[in-house]
Amino acid sequence: MNGAEQAAAAARKQDIRSRWLLSAPALLIIFVAAVGPLFVMLLYSFMVKGDYGDVKLGEFSLEGWTSVFFQRDIFDDTLGLADAHLSIIWRSIQLSFFTTVLTVILGFPTAYFIATRPPHTREIWVFLVTIPFWTNLLIRTFAMQQVIRNEGLLNNALMWLGVIKSPLQIMYTDTANLLGMTYVYLPLMVLPLYASIEKLDFRLVEAGYDLYATRFQVLRRIVIPLVRPGIVAGSILVFIPSLGAYVIPRVLGGGKNMMLGNLIEMQFGSGRNWPLGAAMSITLMVLVTVALIFYVRNASRGGAGHV
Amino acid sequence: MKMKWITTPAMTAVVAMAFANAASAAGELNIYNWGDYTNPELIKKFEQKYDVKVTVTDYDSNDTALAKVRAGGHGFDIVVPSANYVQIWVKEGLIEEARPDQMENFKNVDPRWVDVPWDPGRHYTVPWQWGLTGIGVNTSVYKGDINTSAIFLDPPPELVGKINVAPEMNDVLFATIKYFGGDWCTTDKDVLRKVRDKLVEAKTKWLAMDYSVTEKLPSGDYSAVYYWNGAIMRSRLKNPDIKMGYPKEGFPYFMDSVAIIKDAKNIENAKLFMNFIMDPENAALISAFAKYANGIKGSENFLPEDMKTAPELVVPAEYEAAGEFLQSCEPETQQLYTRIWTELQK
Amino acid sequence: MSRSRFDIRAQPGFGFITLFTFFALYLPIAALVVYSFNGAESLSQWGGFSSRWFVAAWQNSAVQDAAIRSLVIALWAAGLATVAALMAALATTRTAPYRGQTLKYALINQPLMVPEIVTAVALLIVFSRIKVWTGYSGLGYLVLAHTAFCIPFAYLPIRARLESMDLTLERAAADLYATRWKTFRHVTLPLLRPAVIAGFMLAFVISLDDVVITEFVKSGGQDTLPTYMLGQLRRETTPEINAIATVFLALSTVLVVIFFFINRKKQ
Repeated sequence: MNGAEQAAAAARKQDIRSRWLLSAPALLIIFVAAVGPLFVMLLYSFMVKGDYGDVKLGEFSLEGWTSVFFQRDIFDDTLGLADAHLSIIWRSIQLSFFTTVLTVILGFPTAYFIATRPPHTREIWVFLVTIPFWTNLLIRTFAMQQVIRNEGLLNNALMWLGVIKSPLQIMYTDTANLLGMTYVYLPLMVLPLYASIEKLDFRLVEAGYDLYATRFQVLRRIVIPLVRPGIVAGSILVFIPSLGAYVIPRVLGGGKNMMLGNLIEMQFGSGRNWPLGAAMSITLMVLVTVALIFYVRNASRGGAGHV
Repeated sequence: MKMKWITTPAMTAVVAMAFANAASAAGELNIYNWGDYTNPELIKKFEQKYDVKVTVTDYDSNDTALAKVRAGGHGFDIVVPSANYVQIWVKEGLIEEARPDQMENFKNVDPRWVDVPWDPGRHYTVPWQWGLTGIGVNTSVYKGDINTSAIFLDPPPELVGKINVAPEMNDVLFATIKYFGGDWCTTDKDVLRKVRDKLVEAKTKWLAMDYSVTEKLPSGDYSAVYYWNGAIMRSRLKNPDIKMGYPKEGFPYFMDSVAIIKDAKNIENAKLFMNFIMDPENAALISAFAKYANGIKGSENFLPEDMKTAPELVVPAEYEAAGEFLQSCEPETQQLYTRIWTELQK
Repeated sequence: MSRSRFDIRAQPGFGFITLFTFFALYLPIAALVVYSFNGAESLSQWGGFSSRWFVAAWQNSAVQDAAIRSLVIALWAAGLATVAALMAALATTRTAPYRGQTLKYALINQPLMVPEIVTAVALLIVFSRIKVWTGYSGLGYLVLAHTAFCIPFAYLPIRARLESMDLTLERAAADLYATRWKTFRHVTLPLLRPAVIAGFMLAFVISLDDVVITEFVKSGGQDTLPTYMLGQLRRETTPEINAIATVFLALSTVLVVIFFFINRKKQ
C-alpha cells in the first residue's frame, strides 16, 4: 500500500468518525425518548397480561404474539386466523395507500407550482401551505366535519348547483376517513416535495424540450425521476402516520370501524391486553421498517439518473 | 389594533404563568379529573376558603388514569374513577383509605349512595356525579315506545341509519346482554353469541358511534341515541322534541367518585377537598357545571331551576329497578367482552 | 399561453390543481373562523354574529395556560429537532455507503414507524421511573419526547434536499481554504435554507398536534391545548374551541409573519 492510499483511507476513517459525531445528538435523543423505551415494550410483549392492564412482570408467555394472528374462536374454541385483527389491518393499509396516492395527486402539482414561482415568493407559498396546520389536529378534524357533513358546505354547494337532490352521506364512512386523512396529511407531502423540486436543474428540462419531448414526457421522464427522493420522503411521511391514525377514524369515521391505531389503543385501554398491544405494534413496526428499507434502497438507486 | 387584541391575552398568560409559581398559597392540591368536568367556580371557592393553590389536569379514560397513576411519578393527589374501576384502584393499592365516612359533611350524603357495592360504607370515596346510559329519541321522527333497548338493537324503520351509540364497550354490552335476559358479567356462551350476532347486525343500522350527541341530536343528524342522560338533557334544552327513554330490559348507572391517591403529597388538602364537596352548596356547583346529579342531599335547593325537575335526571319510579351499576367483571370475562367488541368494529 | 416565450417550467393543469389545493386547505379553516363568531351554542347551527365565545375563551385561564404551554413546547421541540436533524442529515448523505449508515437511517426514522400509543405507554413506564428517582417532573420530559418524534419530520425534507445537491460548491469553497465551519455557514446552509425552514415548520406543526404521547407523559398541571381538547371531546363541544383555534391561528400567523420579516431584513 502506498502513502497516498494510506492517507485516503485515513481521511475516510476520519470522515466516518466525524459523521458519527455529527449524527450523535439526533441518535441520542431518539434512543432515549423513542427507541430505548421500546425495548420495554418488547419485553412486555412476552409477559402475561395483568388483570387490569399492565403486565405481570417476570411471568413469561407467548400468548401476546400468537393472538396477533391466531385466536381461538370465542364460541367453539377452534384455533383460527384472527380475522377481526386481519381485516382491521387490511382496511388500514388500503386507506393509507389511497391517502398517499391522493396527497401525491394534489401535492405534486402544488409543490411544483410553488417551486417554479420567483424565488422571493416561494417561502410565502410554503407558509401558506403550513398555516392551516398551525391549528391542532382535533380542530382541523372538526373543521373538516363542517365541510362534509350533511348540512355542510360541500353538500349545500352541490345541491345549490343541482348536482345532487339530497345530501350525500359522507360523514361516518370510509370516504370521510380518506378525505380527512388527505386533508390532514397533505402538507407532509407538499413540503418534502417542494424541497426537492426547488432544487431541480431546469437545464435538464430544457434539454428534454430540445429533443422534442412533450410536456408530459418531460414530466414523466425527467422531472419525476429527478425528484424521486422527495416523493419517497413525502410518501413515508404520509403513509405511516395514516396507518396509525386515531382521531380521524373516531371523529369523521364515526368510530364504527376501527383502524390499526384504534385497535392498538384499545389493547392498552379498555381491552387491558398490553402484551397483545405491544406485539401488534412491534409487528407493525417490523413490517414498516422492512418495507421502508427496501423502498429506500430501490428509490435511491433509481434516483441516480436511472430512468 | 387587532394585533394588540391578540397579543394581550398571550402576555397576560405569560405573566400569569410566571407568577403562578410564586403565588404564596399555604398549600397545593393536584386534581386529576375527567376533562371538562370540574367547575372552575368550585375550584376558586375552595382556593379562597383554604388558601390552597389547586391545579386541575384532565384525562379522557379510566384506563389512562389508572395506567398513569400506577406508573408513579405523576404528582396527583386526587382522582375521580368510575364505579366499576374503584375496586380495581383499591385492589391495586393505589388509593388511600381516607375514611370520608368520618368527615364532618358526610351526613349530607344521600343514604342511597353510602353502602354502594364498590365502596361499602364509603371508606375510600366520596360521590362526585352519577348518571345513566339511556335512550334519547327525536319524537318528531319516531312516536312509538322509547323505553326499550330495541330503539338501537332492533330499530324501527324510521330510525334506521339515524342512530348513534356511545362508543363505550361496557355500556353497550350491558344493555345488549340485558336485552337477551342475561346478567352482567355473564360467560354464558349462548347469550353471548346472541349478543354478538345482534350487535353485528344492528351496527349496520347505526350511523355512528360518536361522542358529539349534544351537537347532532338536536340538529337532526341523529334521530336516536344510546347515550348518557346529561347529554340527552342538554339536547332537549336545545330541541324540545327530544325525549329520554329508560330501557326496561336494563340500563347501566354510572357514578364517578373522588378518591385520594396513596402517594399523594397533599393528603390533608385532599381531605379538605373531599369534605368541601360534600357540602350541598358546593355539590350543586359540580352539577350545575357538568349537568349530572350528585349524591348530596339538599343540593337540589342550590341547583338551577331547569335541573331540579329534569325528566332525564330524575329516574321515574317504574324504571328505577331496571337500572344497575356496572361492576368490574373477572379479567377473563372482560377479555371475552373485548373480543366481541373488536369483532363488532372490524 | 400568454407569454411569447415557451415557458419550460410550466405544466398544464398544475396551476389549477394548486388553486384547488389551496381552496381545499382553506375552506375548512374559513368555516372554522366564521363559526367562532357564532352566537349559538352549536358548531353547526348559525345563531347570529357574536363574540361571546372569544369572551368565554378569554376568561378561561385553563385554555390560555394550555395554549401557551403548547407553543412553548413546540418551539423548543421543533428548534432542537431541526438542529439535530440537520446535523444528522449532513452526516448521512453525499458519501459512499459506510457501515452503520442504514442503521442510522432506520434509527432516525424509527419514531415514525411506531403507533403513538406504543411510544406513549413505553415513555410512561420509563419516564415515571425517572420522575420518581429524580423528583423532577417539569416540562423537560414533554420537550424531550416531542423532540424525538419531531426529528424524522425535520430530517426527511433536509435529507431530500441534500441528496439532490452535489458537492461542487462546497469543494470549491474548500479549495479556497475556507474552514469546514465557514463552508457550512456560507455555502451549505444558505443552499439548505428552504429545506431547513420546511423541516422546522413540519416539526413545529407535528409537536402542536400531538395528543397521545403528551397525554401519557404530562405531569400534574401540564395540559396542552390538544390534551385539554381531548378531555372536552367526550363532553360538549361549543364554538369556544373555534374561538380558541381562531386566536391560536391569528397568533401563529403573526409569529410566522414576524419571523419571516426578521429573516428578510437579515438577507
